[in-house]
This record gives sequence, C-alpha cells and structure tokens, in this order.
Amino acid sequence: MKKGKNIKYVGDSRVPQDIDKNIPTDFSQYAGKTEPFYPSFLLKEWMVGAVFLVALLVLSATHAAPLERIADPNDTAYIPLPDWYFLFLYEFLKFPYASGPYLPIGAFVIPGIAFGALFLAPFLDRGPERRPLKRPIATGMMLLAIASIFYLTWYSVEHHDWEATKNQGKIVDIPGEDAPEIDVNADGYKLLVTYACTSCHGDKLNGGAAGPTLINLGLSSDEVTKIVKEGKGAMPPGLFKGTDEELKTLSDYISSLK
Amino acid sequence: MLKKLYDWIDERLEVTPMWRDIADHEVPEHVNPAHHFSAFVYCFGGLTFFIILIQFLSGMFLTLYYVPDIENAWKSVYYLQNEVAFGKIVRAMHHWGASLALVMMFLHMLRVYFQGAYKKPRELNWIIGVLLFIIMLAFGFTGYLLPWDMKAVMATKVGLQIAEQSPLIGGVLKTLLSGDPTIIGALTLTRFFAIHVFFLPAALIGLLVLHFYMIRKQGISGPL
Repeated sequence: MKKGKNIKYVGDSRVPQDIDKNIPTDFSQYAGKTEPFYPSFLLKEWMVGAVFLVALLVLSATHAAPLERIADPNDTAYIPLPDWYFLFLYEFLKFPYASGPYLPIGAFVIPGIAFGALFLAPFLDRGPERRPLKRPIATGMMLLAIASIFYLTWYSVEHHDWEATKNQGKIVDIPGEDAPEIDVNADGYKLLVTYACTSCHGDKLNGGAAGPTLINLGLSSDEVTKIVKEGKGAMPPGLFKGTDEELKTLSDYISSLK
Repeated sequence: MLKKLYDWIDERLEVTPMWRDIADHEVPEHVNPAHHFSAFVYCFGGLTFFIILIQFLSGMFLTLYYVPDIENAWKSVYYLQNEVAFGKIVRAMHHWGASLALVMMFLHMLRVYFQGAYKKPRELNWIIGVLLFIIMLAFGFTGYLLPWDMKAVMATKVGLQIAEQSPLIGGVLKTLLSGDPTIIGALTLTRFFAIHVFFLPAALIGLLVLHFYMIRKQGISGPL
C-alpha cells in the first residue's frame, strides 16, 4: 500500500502544549533518541513478552494448580486460608483491635482509608515535584504500606500450620476409583468402630474430615500402638479406652492393611 | 492481493488514520530499556496487559469443561486436571497467571506512584488504574471459589463475612454476592461464576480501553 494514501490527519494525540507549572516537561522537549512504536519498539515488547510466556509455561508445566477435596460447607474443623495475596488482610483481621467487636474497623475502616488514600493520591500530593525523595510524605506512606503488607504476609506464612493445611485438604475419594477393599469382618475393624476411630478416619479407613487414612501406613504394630496411646498431630492422646489386649488386636489389624 | 483487499477496505472505511492513531507514534528514549536498562520498570504495565490476555485465553478454554454447579464443579475441574489433554497446563497457566498479574500490576502501580507520574494532568488515569486494581482483586476473590474445593468455600465464607462489615449495605451486599443471607451454596457458585466470566471482564475491558486511550492522548510522563 502506498504510504500516506487516504490519510486524514486527526490531530496529534498529545496533551496541549500549554505550559503549566504543575506539568512536568513533556518528553518531546528532550532531545533524546526516540524510536517509532511500530515496528521497532513493538518488536522489543514482543521479545519481552515471549521470554515471559516461556517462563510462565515452564512454571505451569512443572507446578500444577492445587485442587483440594470437594467442598463440604458443614466441615467446621477446616482452618480457612485465602490465596496468598489476601494473606496480609487475613492476618491483619486477627489483631485484637481489628477482630471481634472491632471487626468493622479491620474489615472496613482501615482498608477503606487505604484505598481512599490511593484513589486521592494525585489530589493529596499536589506539588510540582516528582522525585520520590522530594515528596517524603507520599513516599514514606507508601513504603510504610509496603512494609506492613510484606510483614503481615510473612507473619501469616510463618505462623500457619502448613502440614495441617496439606492434610485437611487432601483428596480422599477419587472419583471413579473405589476405596481399597478392607476386611470389615475382622475383629480389628469392629474395635475401630466400637471406639469411634471411624468417625474421624472414615468408615472405609481411607481418611475423613479430621483424620488421615489408616491404609498402607507402613508402620509396625508397635508403632501404631504408640500413636494410638500418645496421639499424633490433631489426634490427642488417650482416645482409645479399650484394654491392652484390644489395642494389640487393633494395632495388628492397622499395620496389616495394604 | 492483500494490498488490493486493504485498499478496498481503506477506500470505504478509511482505516489508515485509525491505524496511525493507534501505532504511529514515537517512543521516547527514557522509557526504552535499549537505551537505559533501568527503564525496564516501564515494562510492568505492558506485562500486566499481556498476562490479562493470557488469562482471557486460558479462561476461555477452561470454560469448555467447567460446569458452574455444586454437584459437578469440582468433578469437572478434577476431570480437566487429570483426564483432559493439556488440561493440567491450561489450568496451571490460569492459576499462576492470576498471581503474576497481581504482582505485575502492583509493581506497575509502585512505578507510577514513586515516579509521581499520577500528577497533573494524569489524575484521571490514576483513578482508572485504582479501579482496575479493585477489579483485579475481585477477579482473584471470585475465581478462588470456582473449583468448589474445601479451601475455596472456606475462604469465600471468610471473605463474605468481611464484605458483610461494610456499613449500611453490608447485609445486602452479602446477599447479593452469595444469593442468600445465610447459605453459601448453589446460588453463590453461579453468581461468582457469572461475576468472574461476564461482569468483571466487561468492566475490565471498558476500563482498560479508557486507561490506554488516556495514555495515547496524554503521552508517557517525562523523565524524572
């Protein structure tokens, strides 16, 4: 196509050239090395995009998106956890003056002030200066906000029980796959029902809302006995109220499950 | 042949001036990393837009299998994750892309903030930018529920409790989002789905058009 054919100039799409004290000098005033957007600069943007896309693809191919077990809205034992970018807010709402009767302060007032200030930043910070060091208040406020967000996120990550999160969300009922066959007529299984072990570990012993699977643990009978007596993780010690003989039968049974 | 086609269209619609307005402009030296490496900070906004495009595409492919219904949502995601060819990768791209979009947008905002680029005459574009920030957080919040697994529902419960704290409209807002004053269930999922794939993208596209139009109109702020 012939260049310039049919072109109707629609005006330069820049700000008016009126010099206002508040307007920083337009870059057209600088005798720099400008470059046409198309095609030179767009090609460079394209290359940055390509590198970024490759990085994202490698990340996606090596790290699958997590999926926990199907939702059970009535499971009250589950410790809720938001996605990482909301962690700081979640942690903030645990502070005494941001929770309980003060929840409106933590959930509405403080975030409201933060976002309100962000909205109004150009109207609060009106001076002609643009360099960060020449606007200490604006810079200081933002640095403070960044520091608190990083600190709260770090604190939340540091003080969270990630092991529990991993276990409480595990997929136990895989669709299309039945739970492993277990001998429900064995004495050991009857004891598990009698002493309510199945209420946490599931009727099929493959885990449930509060307890992990008991199948294929790879533990010896004595090791199972020890866990039953002393507890482990969320399981408190002394749950089992039966005799030592029953405990032996039960431990043998669990360690035999494959 | 292509030239003929172009001329035929151009004769009727005069696309050349439009093309000129979109792409025919000079890029100043101070934002060009080829001249000053530190100018890479100007990449964050463009990369955010690039990830948004990836999110649109991967999200469109996810809806080929996803079912927004409490019986089947989780099963459809599980199927997508484990049975569908490349389903795992597309879902991972959407998952990691969401996090990266927020990181890039945050860095872009910090660049604009610390450079004082929001000052007159660019106040309006800053406000559009903060609105975009909120839209993106809403994307994250609504998208988190869609797989309908434990973490999704429990986090949404907490999120709705926070929304309820808004003065005056708190109760109404919660009912509007979850479909019921107390239950988080079938209606909540369909509403979050509708918000995530129809309402928010519409708002996002509209605001992005304004964001880019203002950049072209006003140009990039000068060097510090």
